[in-house]
Amino acid sequence: MKADGDLLVTLAVQFAIMALLAFGGANAVVPEMHRQAVELRGWMTEREFTDMFAMSQAAPGPNVMLVTLIGYHVAGIAGALVTTLAMCGPTAVLAHFLGRTWDRFKDARWRITVQAGVVPISVGLVGASAIVLTGAADHSWVAAAITVATAVTAFWTRWNPLWLIGIAGLAGLTGLV
Amino acid sequence: MSEASITQSSAAPIPTHAELFLAFFRITLSGFGGTLAWTRIMFVEKKRWMTAEEFNNVYTLCQFLPGPNIVNLTAVFGSRMRGPTGAIAAWAGFLVVPFCVMLVAGILYERYGDVDAVRRVLAGVAPAAAGLLIATAAKMAMPMFRSFGPAPIILLATAFAIGLMRWSLPLVLIVMIPISIGLAWGWRR
Repeated sequence: MKADGDLLVTLAVQFAIMALLAFGGANAVVPEMHRQAVELRGWMTEREFTDMFAMSQAAPGPNVMLVTLIGYHVAGIAGALVTTLAMCGPTAVLAHFLGRTWDRFKDARWRITVQAGVVPISVGLVGASAIVLTGAADHSWVAAAITVATAVTAFWTRWNPLWLIGIAGLAGLTGLV
Repeated sequence: MSEASITQSSAAPIPTHAELFLAFFRITLSGFGGTLAWTRIMFVEKKRWMTAEEFNNVYTLCQFLPGPNIVNLTAVFGSRMRGPTGAIAAWAGFLVVPFCVMLVAGILYERYGDVDAVRRVLAGVAPAAAGLLIATAAKMAMPMFRSFGPAPIILLATAFAIGLMRWSLPLVLIVMIPISIGLAWGWRR
């Protein structure tokens, strides 16, 4: 696969920006990834995007590795490296510097206020991701039922999510969905 | 081990770069689902590189910072133990395994993604993955709806703007962050 230089630069810039806006973690920018990859740039279909999100949830490792799948799909191994580094690098540098001064401001009034302002936004972003993915993944009543059942079970029990993913995968394999 | 090698708050000697790399490497090997839980067990309970309080402080910082929380956590841990190079060692140790796993998954998907059985499994897993995310969002939102204040409104407005209206994330954040911080400031006075 030919790695197009311009494409790699676009990937690097877009994912670095997303990382710096990802208040609430990688899950917070799933709608923006969807917007960029499916709606604006046509890098993939909606189905491919939800497939990749499903794989990133089912695989070991953090959810952020969704960007590795997107990068590989768009520009091969070089693309996977670029999106992963762009998503995981810049904010790690920020974390390194802030980690040294953080304790000093632990009880500072401005920090508590900023945190009180940012946290509801980050939770709202994760909620938005849930809305976007549910809309993209549920094309039938059975699929919607799986979403509801998984959400309810994961919310009220402490079962390992992998069991739920496994059961849903089996239901799919038998042709229920 | 001399007394001098013991930091003020940790009970164990400071890990070397190799130990940092390997610690996070091993966490990702055992980490189906719960990398955070394993990180805590490794750092606080097993190796005692950090106290429970230090761990909580670092965790709060990383929840609050933009970017993948758990990746940021590795950088802060590494940096506290061994400075910038320690941060790189911990960060790299954490990313090697998941990157390789996802690369293989990506290669397999490009090749077999259209096979009927794979399609059916993914058609089942995708709605479940969405359901898991709903549960995560609900768990995070619960404490905010229990207390009075601007938080629930900000939360719903953000979810509406991004999730339903599909507006651009940078624009929404530029508007919402100052409003939200302003309201938080006014509410506490």
